[in-house]
Amino acid sequence: MNGFWAVFKRELKGYFATPLAYVFLVIFLFFAGFLTFRQRFFEMRQADLRLFFGVLPLLLAIMSAATAMRLWAEERRTGSVELLFTLPITVTQAVLGKFVAAWCFLGIALLLTFPLPVTVAYLGNPDGGVIASGYAASFLLSGGFLAIGLFFSAVSKHQVISGVLTGVACAILYFIGMPTVVNYLSTILPAGAVTTIESFSFQNHYESLLRGVIEVKDLLYFLILIAGWVWACTVILDERKAS
Amino acid sequence: MSGCPKAKAGSIMEGGIGGGRFGRVQRRNDTMESNMISVKNLRRTFGPVVAVDDISFDVGKGEVLGFLGPNGAGKSTAMKMLACFLPPDSGTAAICGHDIVTDPISVRKNIGYLAENAPAYNEMTVAGFLNFVCDARRIKGIGRKKALDRVVPICSIESVYHQTIETLSKGYRRRVCLASTLIHDPDVLILDEPTDGLDPNQKHEVRQLIKTMAQDKCIIISTHILEEVEMVCSRCIIIARGKILVDSTPTGLKEEHHCSLDEVFRKITRTRKSA
Repeated sequence: MNGFWAVFKRELKGYFATPLAYVFLVIFLFFAGFLTFRQRFFEMRQADLRLFFGVLPLLLAIMSAATAMRLWAEERRTGSVELLFTLPITVTQAVLGKFVAAWCFLGIALLLTFPLPVTVAYLGNPDGGVIASGYAASFLLSGGFLAIGLFFSAVSKHQVISGVLTGVACAILYFIGMPTVVNYLSTILPAGAVTTIESFSFQNHYESLLRGVIEVKDLLYFLILIAGWVWACTVILDERKAS
Repeated sequence: MSGCPKAKAGSIMEGGIGGGRFGRVQRRNDTMESNMISVKNLRRTFGPVVAVDDISFDVGKGEVLGFLGPNGAGKSTAMKMLACFLPPDSGTAAICGHDIVTDPISVRKNIGYLAENAPAYNEMTVAGFLNFVCDARRIKGIGRKKALDRVVPICSIESVYHQTIETLSKGYRRRVCLASTLIHDPDVLILDEPTDGLDPNQKHEVRQLIKTMAQDKCIIISTHILEEVEMVCSRCIIIARGKILVDSTPTGLKEEHHCSLDEVFRKITRTRKSA
């Protein structure tokens, strides 16, 4: 566990040691506000954050890809991976340490959007439970994107390649549940296969959590997805760390 | 522990390497207990290239083993395997009684490894970096303060202690990394070109440091500087194309060939290449 804490502490501190993290945070917060208000947030005259949670997936995907792409790619490019894995730290501890630190960073980004719920609560009487479950859903979604990004950052030594691969993978997993995609797939695949593919999609599970109903199957979906990608990352890193 | 019987290790050493012609390949079965490093039939390939080809040797407490060889001879690969960074294709090694294949974490606890390019986290300060290494090595509280008070002066990095690592010159960077490998006062040190990039004074200091540490540790260093071998090493192994050509002492080599170590090195590695 020692290795985990050492890596976690170093990583989380590392985010705030460079201006990069602050730039990311500012851009994220700006667009989170901008995209929400552009959709006539006030004109809707509804005290909820539906619009805000609607724009979050895209922002979180970009933010997670940007955060995750350097995690292992940079470590391998600069050779510091050799330092890390000659300390008494296992691959699993290091991967989890990095993942949890990055997830905390995204959690901080999400928490910093607090002015929006505060505004809504000031102007009207929103359903606190729905907002809380919306935040939980966004946090889980960011964890999912991040786990995918972590895996691809271990695949390539080049940050940009990792970032692009992550973007593509996240987009596929998110949009595969869209009605247009599902309609198209049902013309070429049997119904059972389409339902299965649809259930892999981020979108359905995210939106079902947004409605304020926390179902075990949605939670399990995110947890299994995160665990799976993180595990895959440890496997590929173990194999490639030295190449 | 390892899957390789001792008898096999011996036969390959004598038959496969053919060190008999150029030096005495010492078998140290009698001192097996005091061996802190014992390498058996270590082999590693990268695709079609055999980087380390079936090497076996033992190093005991108090020895400073110099690893010599031309570029690409497999020195760094062998050291990376001993530091449990690269897994070997076959063969194994035991460091302080822990097997590098089955128990890498215990091995890493017992060794200090300085990698060739002195990797460190550029965005961290020297203090932050050394504290991170302490975190990872579970050195806390008073122990940490003592460890830092010990390594910072011997590596003379006081003046850059609060600087970020990316702003350091090559020599300072290497000394910071050296400090991080000494911080837990390990029994076994594996140093890949420890004096590379240092100025002559610092080279001298690091060599003195290695000499003073040698008595109660077991040290392997790799280097291209032959005078360094004469100064600090009690034993040297010449390795080329993954195989051990010579396992001897610096003085032994000079006496045997009646010339300087420089010439011995050229003679051995060149003949072997054309052979």
